[in-house]
Amino acid sequence: MFGDYSISDLGAILAMQGFAGLILFSVYVLMALGLAIIFGQMGVINMAHGEFMILGAYVTWMTSNAVQHVAPWLFPGYFFIAMILAFIASGALGMLVEWALIRHLYKRPLDTLLATWGLSLILQQAYRSIFGAREVGVELPEWMMGSWQATDSIQIPINGMFVMALTILITIVVFYILFWSSWGKQVRAVVQNRVMAGAVGINTEKVDRYTFGLGCGIAGIAGSAFTMIGSTGPTAGQLYIVDTFLVVVFGGAASLFGTIASAFSISQTQSTLEFFLSGSMAKVITLLTIVAILMVRPQGLFALKVRK
Amino acid sequence: MIINSRFFNRSELLGFLALAVLLLLILPLSLDIFRLNLVAKYLTYAFVGIGLVLCWGYGGILSLGQGVFFGLGGYCMAMYLKLEASSVANTKIQSTPGIPDFMDWNQLTQIPLFWKPFHSFPVTVLAILLVPAFFALIIGAAMFKRRVGGVYFAIITQAIAAILTILIVGQQGYTGGINGITDLRTLHGWDIRTDHAKFILYFVEVVLLFGCIVAAQFIRLTKLGRILVAMREQEDRVRFSGYSVANFKIFAFCAAAVFAAIGGAMFTLEVGFMSPSFVGIVPSIEMVIYTAVGGRMSIFGAVWGALLVNFAKTSLSESFPQLWLFGLGALFIAVVLAFPNGLSGIWADRVQPRIDRLLASRKSKSAPGLVADGAPAE
Repeated sequence: MFGDYSISDLGAILAMQGFAGLILFSVYVLMALGLAIIFGQMGVINMAHGEFMILGAYVTWMTSNAVQHVAPWLFPGYFFIAMILAFIASGALGMLVEWALIRHLYKRPLDTLLATWGLSLILQQAYRSIFGAREVGVELPEWMMGSWQATDSIQIPINGMFVMALTILITIVVFYILFWSSWGKQVRAVVQNRVMAGAVGINTEKVDRYTFGLGCGIAGIAGSAFTMIGSTGPTAGQLYIVDTFLVVVFGGAASLFGTIASAFSISQTQSTLEFFLSGSMAKVITLLTIVAILMVRPQGLFALKVRK
Repeated sequence: MIINSRFFNRSELLGFLALAVLLLLILPLSLDIFRLNLVAKYLTYAFVGIGLVLCWGYGGILSLGQGVFFGLGGYCMAMYLKLEASSVANTKIQSTPGIPDFMDWNQLTQIPLFWKPFHSFPVTVLAILLVPAFFALIIGAAMFKRRVGGVYFAIITQAIAAILTILIVGQQGYTGGINGITDLRTLHGWDIRTDHAKFILYFVEVVLLFGCIVAAQFIRLTKLGRILVAMREQEDRVRFSGYSVANFKIFAFCAAAVFAAIGGAMFTLEVGFMSPSFVGIVPSIEMVIYTAVGGRMSIFGAVWGALLVNFAKTSLSESFPQLWLFGLGALFIAVVLAFPNGLSGIWADRVQPRIDRLLASRKSKSAPGLVADGAPAE
């Protein structure tokens, strides 16, 4: 397996695969953060999470087209506008869905899974009807193309670095919102004890709606970031949903820190294995390892001790 | 009641007879062989549905990986059929005659070890039943002994479905890859592609289906079925009463796996191929959809659900391909939100009482006092 490579080659391979893993890590973290809020904090299994992500991707694609036609001078920075629009679009749809669907099902978590699966089918078909079945890709502004030559043998793509920086920023914002803002305290209070939170005057319904919206909005940003490294199709969300759930479960459902740690270990394992094995075998081995670990340690890596 | 009144109550007996008349008389007489074969294909999902009623409706264990067991059963059958179809005489144009065509395309020169047992038909039948049960046993034992349930179990079974699909697609030389195992010809020398064979296979399948219904009904009515229900409602109390909750769950999950595998094997026989598109996450969730629409608490409901949803799927996607997914999604949301017990719930709540009242009023005219027996079915 290592025979044909010299030590410095191996180092470069490890560094570049490690970086490819970091990009995968960023996508996982962005998707899993939203899901960790919705699933870990609220206990809702949102199978349509991937479709919220794709909505963000399509919004980004539309923004890029619109900016190119209407205001080409804005093009280098269109991505930031697109991200905000994606957050708003996915968040608004999320709040609508919470109002119409999810709030009736808080006591039946398994049923949220089935209902949101139905929702994801509808959204997929809607994307297919509106945007067509073909995958679309956005045009990157010039400053994002190309790569940074770290050493002779190590090249690092700039769009990947941008996605990573974005991930770090979003993660910090989410942590701030949930752990330091007063609204975040309300969210955690509702999660821990809905009845008591209501009794002390927190409007639990409103908190639920905004929490769900926030989770979906972050998925929208994830989709926006996703367009920079891959193309988008109506069913692309489905490819990621199981991975994302595994990331959240593996990390320990209620722990945001666990989510990030598990996203890191899963993406690094997968991208390193991918170099030595075929892509499918790398994925199989990674997933099998996660499932095996979850069978031994069902509560995930970082479990909060909560009395039931 | 003349026939064992405790085994089927009156409305269940009626349901059983109605289904038998429909499947054994009306459909074979009224449909051409192409449509009948489609019905046979739908019915293979009814096997999965019956299993899901046991483990999801009664046991409260939602498995999103039934496609795995459906696929394992189907692949076992397909491997046997493929080996039979790849005799040296049939495959003499290959560079290595006598091995399945896709292996030849992938530069394999001999049959892999795990294919060898499938030369024999009895071993294949045993494998169809035992391999999925064994997998279910491992998964179930690992999960339920550690008290993993509910949502986590659903997600992990889903991941297992994803793993198996990726594995089958990736290992093209051993499994036929994304195309699956195709070009199946004979079963023990009997050509399964003719119309006549399809007709006979349909009846074999219906008989097997009724066998499974009776088996499921038996499980439901024994003490075991009652413990399953008790477990779903108050797991801790059952545990405190001294029952090993995990073992009962493992049993329900294994039984569901075996039912699904029988369905998968029949699917291979009816349709003539098996591919990873019947194994993964999407088909697994669709199987849950059929059961939910039919009614997760009703064995007959699961059969009706599989028939009706698939019938709607075929006819809608034939005429309005755009609308089908909208319809399916909306149907699913509606079932979950408004009718958690599906069609059978609607039947038991809305239709059954009226029929009972009608019958009761007629009976009370002729013989007052003999009205009891009308307890609504589940």
